[in-house]
Amino acid sequence: MKARAFSYFRAHTIGEALEAHAGAGDDVRFIAGGQSLVPALALRLQAPRILIDINHIAELRGITRDGEWLRIGALTRHCEMLTDPLIAEFAPLLRAAAPFVAHPAIRNRGTFGGSVALADPASEFPAMVLALDAEIEIAGASGRRRVKADDFFTDLFETAIAPGEILVAVHVPLFQAGQRIAFDELARRRGDYALVGCGLLATCQGDLIERIGISFFSVGDVPTRARHAETALTGNRIDAARIAAAQAALDADLAPADSDDVPAAMRLHLARVLLGRLLGRIGEAA
Amino acid sequence: MSPPVDIETEEQVRIRLIVNGRKVACDVAPRDTLVDCLRQQLELTGTHAGCEMGACGACLVQLDGAAVHGCLMFAVQADGARIDTIEGLSESGVIADLQAEFHRRNALQCGFCTPGMLITAHELLTHVARPSRETIRDALSGNFCRCTGYEAIVDAIAAVAAARAATASQGAEGSSP
Repeated sequence: MKARAFSYFRAHTIGEALEAHAGAGDDVRFIAGGQSLVPALALRLQAPRILIDINHIAELRGITRDGEWLRIGALTRHCEMLTDPLIAEFAPLLRAAAPFVAHPAIRNRGTFGGSVALADPASEFPAMVLALDAEIEIAGASGRRRVKADDFFTDLFETAIAPGEILVAVHVPLFQAGQRIAFDELARRRGDYALVGCGLLATCQGDLIERIGISFFSVGDVPTRARHAETALTGNRIDAARIAAAQAALDADLAPADSDDVPAAMRLHLARVLLGRLLGRIGEAA
Repeated sequence: MSPPVDIETEEQVRIRLIVNGRKVACDVAPRDTLVDCLRQQLELTGTHAGCEMGACGACLVQLDGAAVHGCLMFAVQADGARIDTIEGLSESGVIADLQAEFHRRNALQCGFCTPGMLITAHELLTHVARPSRETIRDALSGNFCRCTGYEAIVDAIAAVAAARAATASQGAEGSSP
């Protein structure tokens, strides 16, 4: 399995990459870590005539604190999400999700921005970006814009990024005192795509949940916020009755697809089990 | 079914790499993966092409010191990089104890996966001196062994970690006054 022949261009600035894309027409793809794109090229699911390599663009690198936000450059490798002290302190939900992303060698090369831009509904990071109410910075011919995560994931593998635009960074609200996180996923084999995965960020006042963001992955065409479950928990203490109410509310939040090996009812059941475990964990931390 | 035919002419690009400590130059097509370049142009056939989609781990090499899949990047992307293959790691002796322990414990049968297993083990022990068996299994989750030698492979890596730790503590004692 080999990729179709293509021409290769290495960009060194965002401007250069955008210009190269504009000059190349439609049949062109950006490549960052390439850990999803290269298999897609090998399988000829995609066959662009031109590949623009953005790995050498310095502005897409780095993790920095920017006021009330943590700016995570698009080219941040998954392995850096595991080791960077700013991620551990200010975005612990992303740190918790990182060990579940593929395997060590994939994490050495794959990028955080690439994962968010690809928007694979089975991937950990897009769903966590949604749970965190992050904002995605995009550069295009007409300048820069920031898109709320809520408005970013539009359909299966589709996002608010238009053709020819580049994801520059993801801005995550800083983790605050009194907030709690939990993450887990159920997979048949370590490193495989999850049957169901979930992560949450709760803002607590004592043992009362003031606000909570809950996101699921591998349960639909897009990463999915569990809004009804969030409503069931907001303003309440976490106890067995509240956990049961949140689990029941998932009926209204999730509509997993049916497949032969994983029936929709099974996936929904696993989602309830997972949510129960995560709420139990943050309840114990109270 | 015959493979699809590419009608366009592939352009060749000259790349320069430092492979196992030696400077080399190759002419590659942009579609050539790094593992293709290593095996076909540089005749370093210890790096194996297995699934060619990042699942099996037979093609692992070190890129600027970190393990990556040779099948998941194009050779042209590696221009200017330092690549260390299983041949380089073998010749330098840094994994001699891992190789000896794999041999002693029969942690291989057909051997196809072994270069990738060794590169994963080498990277793991570089970062974690005394990994638990669970940590070793987690690190190996991206390496397929179809002869099911995992138990012996985990044994071998755990034994090397213990032996290195013992040597290190003896060395520390020996150097103290």
